[in-house]
Amino acid sequence: MEGVLHQIISGIATGSIYASISLALVMIFLATHQINFAQGEMAMFSTYIALTLIQAGVAYWAAFVITLVVSFVAGMVMQRTLLEPLARAPVLASVGAFLGLLLIFNNIAGWIFTYTLQPFPTPFGAGAPILGGLLSRHELGSTAVTLVVLTAVWAFFRFTKLGLALRGAAYNPVSSRLVGIPVASMLSLGWGLAAAIGAIAGMMVAPIVFLDPNMMGGVLLYAFAGALLGGITSPLGAVVGGVLMGVIENIAGAYIVGTELKLTTALVIIVVVLVVKPTGLFGKALASRV
Amino acid sequence: MNQTNSRVLLIVFVLAAGIVPLVFASGYQLFQLTLVVSYALSVLGKNLVTGYGGQVSLGQGAFYAVGAYTAAILMEHFNVPYWATLPVAAVTTGIVGLALGLPALRLGGLYLALVTFAMAVSVPQLLKYKLFENWTGGVQGIVLNKPDAPFELPLDADQWLYLFTFAVGLALFIAATNLVRSRIGLALMAIRDQPLAAEAMGVELAHYKTITFGVGALITGVGGALGAIAIGFVSPDSFSIALSLTLFVGMVIGGASSISGAIYGALFIVFVPNIAEQISKAVPGAIFGLILILFMFFAPGGIASLLSAQLRRLKSAR
Repeated sequence: MEGVLHQIISGIATGSIYASISLALVMIFLATHQINFAQGEMAMFSTYIALTLIQAGVAYWAAFVITLVVSFVAGMVMQRTLLEPLARAPVLASVGAFLGLLLIFNNIAGWIFTYTLQPFPTPFGAGAPILGGLLSRHELGSTAVTLVVLTAVWAFFRFTKLGLALRGAAYNPVSSRLVGIPVASMLSLGWGLAAAIGAIAGMMVAPIVFLDPNMMGGVLLYAFAGALLGGITSPLGAVVGGVLMGVIENIAGAYIVGTELKLTTALVIIVVVLVVKPTGLFGKALASRV
Repeated sequence: MNQTNSRVLLIVFVLAAGIVPLVFASGYQLFQLTLVVSYALSVLGKNLVTGYGGQVSLGQGAFYAVGAYTAAILMEHFNVPYWATLPVAAVTTGIVGLALGLPALRLGGLYLALVTFAMAVSVPQLLKYKLFENWTGGVQGIVLNKPDAPFELPLDADQWLYLFTFAVGLALFIAATNLVRSRIGLALMAIRDQPLAAEAMGVELAHYKTITFGVGALITGVGGALGAIAIGFVSPDSFSIALSLTLFVGMVIGGASSISGAIYGALFIVFVPNIAEQISKAVPGAIFGLILILFMFFAPGGIASLLSAQLRRLKSAR
């Protein structure tokens, strides 16, 4: 029983990291109806920026903030220069652009930082596990950080005027433009936010899995599965789905299929969701516009 | 140039592509050309699904792996002759394609992209899994013998393999051309360009999409089997997500909505990395990414449409 509890709690800890990437994916999906296949590699690259800063002697939290700002701006620039012009092109064009970004980030990272695994510092200290040995300090800290981020994102969308404008631009661009919302800027703002959230997830997961250019491959897959499980049209669903995926990963790894089939577990969940309940747990049925 | 002339020219060109390398190319060059045919078939399968069917599949590398492993396992464990593995590889990949395509195709575009992406990511892990190790050879993979030319033909192993692969490839390219021109092909293009109108006219969307996805997987699988025979070795890590991305790049650069585009794409993915790798190991991937984005912006129809535009210009100038 102790074992199961441990698996569940540490599953929630990694799940909260998946949840933030799922949320970033859903945000971009809601705003543009595109799936950002480069989300993971963008997060990985941000994490390398943070590592470079820390190695250059910048304090952890300062490096953290600088990385967020850089990622935010880079995300906005990418949306403006690459994705905006392809917004009206067929679906293949945007998928192609995302895969192009994926290849570029992955290989440039390998080129500059090499493919060797690198340890990434945690700001929460090593120390002995807490809560009766159930949770490491980093797991607790990263869960707390993710929770703060998710709450902040929710509050931003729920209570600020800018958040409302962003939601409007995503749900109904035409009407939003008519009431004076600069839709294009809102979309790039959304991209910036998604990139920054991804960067946080990267910095939180790197101390656990170690940093290398392929670090986010598995994380991205679990985030996809989480987003689908929760419902690709629901930000709340993305968070719940992401956390669930963390728990499922741990339970399946410990008791059912072993860790060797970790990625296949995600594939199976994706297929099962699409067969049984394509809208996910919280999603709305997607009606295609005629 | 009239219709018959251009047809004669095409036949001469195809024959030359089959025979000239046998005379002039070295063993390694022949091996590269054999790989070109193998990749061209995989890209062709992708073109049918994505270019003609309008469904974005990112997992063609997974079907390539299924084809390659089917051939390798049959040759290694059942002593099946190499040529006889091809139909089995075709059927197996076709079935796998249908099984995975069915749920996603019902839902349309991006869901298929997601499922196939997940599939491509998880393939190496499945191939390494210990339950299948007796068949797949686990991390070690399977080493195969290169087949010799039959009937005491005066060809060495590389030459024979190129000729064999070329012949199979040619047959499948002709079949694909006919498929695209048939009722199914027309229905597909109608679905891609005007789904609503097509459905209103009684074209069954899901039916045709699923068939194409199966056929696309099948052709890619044959490409994979030919690739395994040519390389003489299969191992899990040669079928990572990178392979699927490479095939995607080949499709876009060659031209997704054309049959001949598959050949340009395959030539590109076999020969360009060799050149780019001289700069750095990581450069080919980055260049692939950059070229991918540039093509999306400036030549979404790929090399095939650039070439046909050029041809038209030449004709009208005359």
